[in-house]
Amino acid sequence: MNYRLILNIAVHLLRARLKQTVVAAVGVTFGIAMFITLLGFMNGLNDLLDGLMLNRTPHVRLYNEIKPAENQPVNLSDDYKNATNFITSIKPKDRGKAIYNSKTIIRILKEDKRVVDVAPKVTTPVFFNSGTIEISGIINGISVAAEEELFKFSDYVTEGNIADLEQNNSIIIGSGLAKKMMLAKGDIIKVTTPKGNLASLKIVGISQIGIAEIDDVMSTTSLSTAQKFLGEPTNYITDIQLKLHDINLAPQLAKEFGTKFGIDAIDYQTANSQFETGSNVRSIISYSVGIVLLIVAGFGIYNILNMMIYEKMDSIAILKATGFSGNDVKWIFITLSLIIGLAGGFLGLIFGFAFSSIIDTIPFETSSLPTIKTYPINYNPMYYVIGITFALFTTAVAGLLPALKASKIDPVEIIRGK
Amino acid sequence: MSSKVLETIGLTKYFYEPTKFKVLDNITMSVDHGEFVSIVGKSGCGKSTLLYLLSTMDTDYEGQVLIHEELVTGQSDIDLARIRNEKIGFVFQFHYLLSEYTVLKNVMLPGLKLQQYSEAEIEHRAMDHLKTLGMQDQALKMPNQLSGGQKQRVAIARALINDPLIIMGDEPTGNLDKKNSDLVFDIFKELTQEHNQTLLVVTHDADFAGRTNRIITMEDGKIIS
Repeated sequence: MNYRLILNIAVHLLRARLKQTVVAAVGVTFGIAMFITLLGFMNGLNDLLDGLMLNRTPHVRLYNEIKPAENQPVNLSDDYKNATNFITSIKPKDRGKAIYNSKTIIRILKEDKRVVDVAPKVTTPVFFNSGTIEISGIINGISVAAEEELFKFSDYVTEGNIADLEQNNSIIIGSGLAKKMMLAKGDIIKVTTPKGNLASLKIVGISQIGIAEIDDVMSTTSLSTAQKFLGEPTNYITDIQLKLHDINLAPQLAKEFGTKFGIDAIDYQTANSQFETGSNVRSIISYSVGIVLLIVAGFGIYNILNMMIYEKMDSIAILKATGFSGNDVKWIFITLSLIIGLAGGFLGLIFGFAFSSIIDTIPFETSSLPTIKTYPINYNPMYYVIGITFALFTTAVAGLLPALKASKIDPVEIIRGK
Repeated sequence: MSSKVLETIGLTKYFYEPTKFKVLDNITMSVDHGEFVSIVGKSGCGKSTLLYLLSTMDTDYEGQVLIHEELVTGQSDIDLARIRNEKIGFVFQFHYLLSEYTVLKNVMLPGLKLQQYSEAEIEHRAMDHLKTLGMQDQALKMPNQLSGGQKQRVAIARALINDPLIIMGDEPTGNLDKKNSDLVFDIFKELTQEHNQTLLVVTHDADFAGRTNRIITMEDGKIIS
């Protein structure tokens, strides 16, 4: 088959019907542009919200949960081994919040190839004292460098610098807390620990996670400061947070580490199951809207090609009479359709990118997301690949039916009809 | 090389709409190389139908059609298209030029499809044919800028581009006035005499038919002389 000739004929047919061709291509352009914009915008938002969660939740968290001992004494007794034991009024056992042998665990985890980084943490409930009022809160003692590496904590510090946490007795408090207690950077805050220890900490910054309930209670200090005012040694760690190379391995690794070190472990997926569902639903919505737009564009192409075939009956008949087979004629019309798809699709990609860039500059300021200044957009090249692929696919399918019809036209009928 | 260009053996065709009707009844005929044959008959006698069977475009018939002693009955769509492209040139009552292409490109199109020569050579040959037909000045015009007679001459040039074994015409002068009809006839005559071109023309113009080498007269789907 002579593809150059077929392409040449297709282009000439298109040029003769330029206006209709442009309308058809604009349909595709619009579909693809909206598809790209919608996906970019939706996924930008998804990423933002995912980030919000990911930055607060480690992929795997190791900790000691307060719960009843799994093996009650009666179960250990040989006398009652084959009996069904009913035990009532079990009280949870406090094994202490500290992770036993934490230094060794951290060292082993850091050597694990699947783990990006390990951030130890001390979490303790406290009372913040303001005059005679006591406000309950939580202090996280963090390893500043590791926390920054894992959770980009600096994104959420609206005032001050997280490096200042390395100073002794410094603290970054939540924005809600700062507002409630009328505190600003540079002030001193008094803290009472559950054991009754009193400490005065200097405020070096204000943090804002974007979730009011957390900003009202959470404060952050360095690991050593927390250990010091709790009166604990330097191996006192309550949480070990892990970031993995592959987040999908989290449930499996959580189980593995939990068993290996004999502590509780929770993975990202379990901790945020509803959240994943939300992201998926948003993706599905944006994909389906985009695909619907393209199908509508496909119908436009189908109509225009059908009309063109009726107009060009004579040309098709003579092409067949002079030696073009039905197959050649079919390819002429498929080529025609693909040209519309390609031209419309590429313009669509460009417009999609342009629209995305415009949305990217629209101010979007909300108190709950301090680091976001404009609407978030995801420029994943994958969407552009999907867009152009789908544009070609739709136009090919839309062109196929008219093309098959054209290939079956009986030239005798047309020529004799004159 | 055999002198028989076209041969039919027992061609029978039915029309099914509105009722079953025998259009062609057991037609056996042949056309020799270099002949200028006309088929005449009253409207509805089946002469055009016969031509379209011979042209390989209509494949719904009983009997056999041989072109150059090669059986074409039962060949695939693609093979038949190739046979039409290579061996048959068409001139219809209506010119059927593609309005998107120039006159020259219209003539070249079947040649480009055949790909026997390079594009430059096809263009050269097309120009030669147009020159023979006195159309070289119109080569770069669009078909809608030409008169009816000129369009028909372009269609003849297109039929000639692949040096066909036979040229088939379906009322090629049907839409033309006397002057242009004569012109087209003279071209045909010249082709047979000077280039030994085989021609098979369906016409109801008795004057036109009278001047050809052989007349096949048809009536009610049968050849009567």
